[in-house]
Amino acid sequence: MSADHAVASHDAHVTSTGLSNVKLGMWLFLGSECLLFGGLISTYMLYRGRVGTGPTPMQVFDIPFTSVSSFVLLMSSLTMVLGVSAAHKGDDRNTYLWVAVTALLGATFVGGQVYEFTAFYNEGMGFTTSLFTSSFYVLTGFHGVHVTVGIIMLMSTLGIMKRSKVPGSKSETIEMLGLYWHFVDIVWIIIFTLIYLIPV
Amino acid sequence: MTIIERPSTEVAIAGAVPVGVKPSEALGVFKRPAASSSWRDWVVTVDHKKLGIMYGVAAFVFFLIGGVEALLIRLQLIAPDGKVLNADQYNQMFTMHATTMVFLFVMPMAAGLANYFIPLQIGARDVAFPRINAFSFWALLFGGIFINLSWFLGGAADGGWFMYAPNSGPVFSPSHGIDFWALGLQITGISSLAGAVNLITTVLNMRAPGMKLMRMPVFTWLQLVVQFLLLFAVPVITVALFLLSFQRNFGATFFDVAAGADPLLWQHLFWIFGHPEVYILILPSFGIISEVLPVFARKPLFGYPFVVFSGAAIGFVGWGVWAHHMFASGLGPVSVAVFSIATMAIAVPTGVKIVNWTLTLWGGKLVYTAAMKFAIGLIVLFTIGGLSGVTHSVAPSDTQQTDTYYIVAHFHYVLFGGAIFGLFSGFYYWWPKVFGKLLNERLGSWNFWFMVIGMNMTFGPMHILGLQGQPRRMYQWTEARAGEGFFNLGFWNLIASIGSLVLTFGILLFLINVVITTRKGQVAPLDPWNARSLEWMTSNPPKEHNFDSIPTVHHLDEFFHRKYQEDANGVMQQVKTAEEVLKELEDNADAHIHMPSPSYWPIVLALGMPVLAFGVIYSIPVAIFGAVVILFGAYGWAIEPSTAPDDDIDPPTESGTSMGVAHVS
Repeated sequence: MSADHAVASHDAHVTSTGLSNVKLGMWLFLGSECLLFGGLISTYMLYRGRVGTGPTPMQVFDIPFTSVSSFVLLMSSLTMVLGVSAAHKGDDRNTYLWVAVTALLGATFVGGQVYEFTAFYNEGMGFTTSLFTSSFYVLTGFHGVHVTVGIIMLMSTLGIMKRSKVPGSKSETIEMLGLYWHFVDIVWIIIFTLIYLIPV
Repeated sequence: MTIIERPSTEVAIAGAVPVGVKPSEALGVFKRPAASSSWRDWVVTVDHKKLGIMYGVAAFVFFLIGGVEALLIRLQLIAPDGKVLNADQYNQMFTMHATTMVFLFVMPMAAGLANYFIPLQIGARDVAFPRINAFSFWALLFGGIFINLSWFLGGAADGGWFMYAPNSGPVFSPSHGIDFWALGLQITGISSLAGAVNLITTVLNMRAPGMKLMRMPVFTWLQLVVQFLLLFAVPVITVALFLLSFQRNFGATFFDVAAGADPLLWQHLFWIFGHPEVYILILPSFGIISEVLPVFARKPLFGYPFVVFSGAAIGFVGWGVWAHHMFASGLGPVSVAVFSIATMAIAVPTGVKIVNWTLTLWGGKLVYTAAMKFAIGLIVLFTIGGLSGVTHSVAPSDTQQTDTYYIVAHFHYVLFGGAIFGLFSGFYYWWPKVFGKLLNERLGSWNFWFMVIGMNMTFGPMHILGLQGQPRRMYQWTEARAGEGFFNLGFWNLIASIGSLVLTFGILLFLINVVITTRKGQVAPLDPWNARSLEWMTSNPPKEHNFDSIPTVHHLDEFFHRKYQEDANGVMQQVKTAEEVLKELEDNADAHIHMPSPSYWPIVLALGMPVLAFGVIYSIPVAIFGAVVILFGAYGWAIEPSTAPDDDIDPPTESGTSMGVAHVS
């Protein structure tokens, strides 16, 4: 605890904006990610009606299923907040707990996505079936990769914390993971609305 | 006596009380590299100045490669029915010439200068994320090498630098060239993105006390705009390149018209990146000459806020003009009208800058150094290129000029006459700062005149060729259709090719100058140009920690105001020499300066990427191996402290001696 605080105070160099470098850098990176998903979403919106001889979106989508997995992902944002809050209080036990739950919920979402993709594939919706399917898989796939990377980072951080090797401020590291995690969730809200809820 | 300290394993072991994270524990696999003076030091360095030099050297080598490619193009067109290259080789040549010059020369050279000078200009000791900085460099280098490997592995990319569909598809380009191109540019894109996050954070967060935004040198300002453009433009090309790779390697049909795709998607994605890219290339050079002109006109920059805000305005409006590259694609009258007007509008902030530079010169006591000549060259040549650019905003005229040599003439005037002249101005201006020696001014002058004459001979005639209708990417022309009299294609192609040789000679003079200067050049005085900004308030070359004590800034042009003060009549009088100013800083040197530690992880992480990309093209197991290397590097990086805790660096004071690794007085 006290060691952690000592490290934190050492890192708190006075910056010109008052934000720490890590936090500013993270926000900039997320700003850049907006354009990445912007490009992918635009591609999907352009191609979602171009189904060729393949299935149309409304034929394959299982909206109740995806709604549930979306709900799971949104709940993981809540647990992430609890994890960050515990980290700020220096409450290691609850930090572990909530970060692990967040990773678990995230993994549930990714598991759901894998199940969904498999089901779609079995219904004749391959990656190259039509422009719609290609752009669907690329967009949701990129999002899934982001969630997966998030899970790996959460679990790795827990492992490193366990061996008390987190360089720098522990609570700030968790907070940065939180920023990334919330961003990925918000992107999913947009993707879910555009892909699943708006009829073609 | 200042003690420069960095954590080392030895210190950590010697330290009595193990508190917090010891580098020795956190290393993971490698022993942390200690400072040394051998080549190893360059591999593991995180010093922004060393990395800046490495960027510069790498970029210049790519410049020479791109130059050879250009020469081959001009040799092919020097006479009718050129036989130097066949059509396929010619396609590869112009594609790689543009790719190399844009992504592997101008961008990294500007990044190198940004790396070197932004921390110095804002009074910082390093960038915000030194290891990410090293990673950016290695990613750029490996990405560049990766793209060029395709020459030896079945042929380079051949679809033109904007790689339009359907030419980018496997049907029209069956070799692996475009795969190498797309994946290599992903790697250099990661480099640019990491660099952008790093440099923006540096500029916003690490300014010296009193260095308000509106006291920052213009070079730093315009680089900040550039880094924001990169931050938001690179992800768009990332998407486009991913879609292209999925199409070429995994059977998707994103740009395949036969499958119902819209080829304009690529054009939009490419140019939403590609137009901001134009400003990414030119703004650093605008920044350089905004430093050079006031110094050699012996006047402050005219209208500093206008230069800064017009730079920011270019950064914003630059996002709304991309479709002027697509007027010939049938966008429809409304889109064309909107983008025409936006294109005319963006000429305004650019014109503002030209007026400011001109008025900076007006009434100044001009000193015609080589740096100054290149800066003035930029103003003139860029204005010519800018004016031909404005003609493109008139869509009917542009439709005539699309894909002709007129376009080639235009963008070489703005990129060669603009961006590259600015970079050369920077070379001559900052050489003594970086290497401690003055480049030879006489040779510099010859260098300048050969480049100016060569550049106008090469690219000037292209206006005529283009208006006569010579297509941009025609690999041969025939005597029978060359036309007659003044407009004879043969004559002007000959002139352009001779011009390219003159230009080459000019650049060789620069290389000769560098060799001569390095061998027996004149050692530079502390302040050779009577300069104005903070980077000159250090030794030549700067110490590893840049400043003995971080200066407190009170003015725009802080260094100038420390040397000069107004007397009773309002006339600036020198009150101190540069040596005296520097002495003051040295006398108040900070007692303990903690510099970031060298690290192996940036190069390890960067090495994984080309391996992964190679695997994507040839064999999945190799790709998995690359991914493992990346993961390994990421873990090593994550558990290595970027700034070591105090007790790792400063041994307990009871021991009585400092055990820092490097001692610099």
